Amino acid sequence: MPRVIVYYAHPGHRHSQSNAAMWKRAGQVEGITLVDLYAEYPRFHINIAKEQDRLLSHDVYVFQFPLFWYSTPSLLKEWQDLVLEHGFAYGKDGTALAGKAMQVAVTAAGPEDAYAPTGYNRYPLRDFLRPLEQTARLCCITFLTPYALHGSLKAHNKAHIEHHIAQYSNLLEGLRDGRVPLKEAAPGTLLAPDTLAGMQGV
Amino acid sequence: MDFLSLAFLFLIAGVVAVPIATRFGLGSVLGFLIAGIALGPVLAAFRVDVVSLQHFAEFGVVMMLFLVGLELEPKLLWRMKTRLLGLGGLQVGLTALAVMAAGIALGLYWTIALALGLVFALSSTAIVLQTLNEKGLMRSDGGQAGFSVLLFQDIAVIPMLALIPLLAMPELMDHATAVAVPNAAHGAEVSVPVEDGHGVEASGDHAPEGPGWIETIPGWQRALITVAAIAAVILGGSMLTRPLFRFVAVAQMRELFTATALLMVVGIALLMNHVGLSPALGTFLAGVVLANSEYRHELESDIDPFRGMLLGLFFMTVGAGIDFLLLWEDLWMIVSLTLGLMVLKAGILYGLGLIFRVRGADRWLLSMGLAQAGEFGFVLLSFTTASHVIPQSVADVALLVVALSMLLTPALFILYDRVVAPRFSLAQADEPDQIDEEAPIIIAGHGRFGGIVNRMLLGAGYRTVVLDHNSAQLRMMRAFNFKVFFGDASRPDLLHAAGIENAKLLVVAIDDRQQTNEIVHHVIQNYQHVHVIARARSRDHVYELWAAGCRDVIRETFDSGVRAGRSAFEAMGMHPFEAERMAQGFVDHDRRVIRELADLYRNDIPIHENEPYIRRSLELREETDGAMLSGRGAYSVQFDKAWSPPVGRDEGEEADEQCRRDAEARGAEDA
Repeated sequence: MPRVIVYYAHPGHRHSQSNAAMWKRAGQVEGITLVDLYAEYPRFHINIAKEQDRLLSHDVYVFQFPLFWYSTPSLLKEWQDLVLEHGFAYGKDGTALAGKAMQVAVTAAGPEDAYAPTGYNRYPLRDFLRPLEQTARLCCITFLTPYALHGSLKAHNKAHIEHHIAQYSNLLEGLRDGRVPLKEAAPGTLLAPDTLAGMQGV
Repeated sequence: MDFLSLAFLFLIAGVVAVPIATRFGLGSVLGFLIAGIALGPVLAAFRVDVVSLQHFAEFGVVMMLFLVGLELEPKLLWRMKTRLLGLGGLQVGLTALAVMAAGIALGLYWTIALALGLVFALSSTAIVLQTLNEKGLMRSDGGQAGFSVLLFQDIAVIPMLALIPLLAMPELMDHATAVAVPNAAHGAEVSVPVEDGHGVEASGDHAPEGPGWIETIPGWQRALITVAAIAAVILGGSMLTRPLFRFVAVAQMRELFTATALLMVVGIALLMNHVGLSPALGTFLAGVVLANSEYRHELESDIDPFRGMLLGLFFMTVGAGIDFLLLWEDLWMIVSLTLGLMVLKAGILYGLGLIFRVRGADRWLLSMGLAQAGEFGFVLLSFTTASHVIPQSVADVALLVVALSMLLTPALFILYDRVVAPRFSLAQADEPDQIDEEAPIIIAGHGRFGGIVNRMLLGAGYRTVVLDHNSAQLRMMRAFNFKVFFGDASRPDLLHAAGIENAKLLVVAIDDRQQTNEIVHHVIQNYQHVHVIARARSRDHVYELWAAGCRDVIRETFDSGVRAGRSAFEAMGMHPFEAERMAQGFVDHDRRVIRELADLYRNDIPIHENEPYIRRSLELREETDGAMLSGRGAYSVQFDKAWSPPVGRDEGEEADEQCRRDAEARGAEDA
């Protein structure tokens, strides 16, 4: 059974509308490890050895975060910069993470049509995840199809958001139980909650 | 002339002449020399014995070498050995031979020429070290090379004293005893300026090699006694100093430390004197032994004023001792002899500088700085006449040459400063910085606060000088191998001894509030280049330090209080990152308030009577209260806005449209 760890990064946790709920939901899933990065490193002083040990002792890394300026919140970026060291995660002799898997669970405030050539964000959300995808690739980590929520702030979208949150625990359980196939994401694809709903009972 | 009038005369000459000379960039040495020249006729009129005064003042040289020793750890001395023996030895040997050759060419008998060679080979430790220190050149390569040479010369005086009587010429005997005795009264003491009575007895007819009794015992015993004396200085210095000072510290009297320091120096000089060694060498050794001791800076600041006064007196006597009558008579001869000697000495030093790889401006510093003859030259001259090696007439001329060359030295240093150094400053820019021997960081107070600062700095590889006046604290720190020095940091002279002139940073971490203010004020007023970090005991203290000009004030319990507050937030269930932000918000707010109130604080009015202060702090309190009531918390954290749009909806579309409209409008305008 793959061992799952969820890294959660949200500096405005208290004001969060969907991420906090997702995080709460993740807390109800048994048998996985949860790390609130901003709670553990409020002063950005990351314990590199401890984080590397965590990576070694888990098989699937879930990164849950809101998209800030088309990227991860700064602490998660700091975490990547420090923990994914040369000689550990990549480069000469840097094969410690080969064969592991990375699952991105991202939320975006903009609606789906904003993430289109005609929308104000001009590119699909999936494109903004390329730095993470390439990071995984360089570390020989399998980049799984990202689980994404568009329009995370829209009040009239409530049902849609709740569906997304509910299926998040299904995703985590699926990863834990080996029901989600750990294979490389196809280009340009995102994971929809409905797909996960259909996965139930597999 | 009675003692008080004499003291008054010298003091007023020094106090008037030195500041004037310094203002014109001539340096204190030239100031003292000029003061001495001005005093000359007055002293002559009152029949003051300038020569014996000079010998008394030479004790300043002994003290200076003690201080030089204090700055030289044994390790450093060992590193200097090549230069000390090689450069120093060659300088003395070659100069003596060259002067001897010149003397023979001028028609002097070879023994006289050799004796003059030895006299002129020596340079002036007093002038050179004083000037190098004053100009901050002591740690340059040229300064270090010069110091090696001077140290070798000081040591070389001892064998010279043994050698000179062997050059005695029988035909000078009768003539010389008649003429030279008054002048030679002190020859016996040689570099032993302490008046002990022996000198006068020993001078005159028999070779005066130090006090009488040591002459009377066989050579091997003398050697043994010499070794024993040196061993006593080294062992006593390293083992007895600490218990002695601890014993003295019980009396809790600052002056007693000064007395003890003086006692040490005088005692060592006396001991060396009795076994026929140079007291300068003895105290230098004691200084080196104590260089690692925690009392080093205390000793330095205690002895330094005496050294300064005595050297000043010494320079004045040199100025006063110039025999202008003889000078005018043979002006051209004496001036050309002096210039010839200085060119010769500088040339030899320059050549040696090439061999020993002293580069660029430093080589010029070495050769120009040490081109003069020195105070030991006076001593040797009176000794040579007393030993019937040189006739009085030659000695008188030589004496003038020595004095004149010393008088010209400050001029050479000015020449170096204005002409030579600027030319090399560009060329030298590429070379790596000189490693400073003094630590660039001084920490005053090594308790709970300063100790942490020191540990952090040392851990990061910085070098620090720590001053503390708590003996118990000191003993404990020494047990843990920290380098700490005993002393009351509020004394300006101790800060000076710790190297405040060359420091980059001063951390004031002593307990006493008043003393902290004094140090901060003193350093900020006098050493603008030093960054001062001061520990504040309380809020009011912050204002006082701010008023004193300190801009890096750290409240000693503020940070720990903030951390405790943050822990309290977390204990109450606040998200740690939010707790951190709240704490930072509080810190920013409090800093802003204290910064604003610092300008309203008045040192002369108690806070409860300071109207503007009270008014503004009430206003500020209302502001925070208002913010708290508005629900955002008193120290509202601005960042939250960035992490969550406050209205809870996506505004990207509107923003994008706004942006496009603006761009179109701009385009229309352009068209």
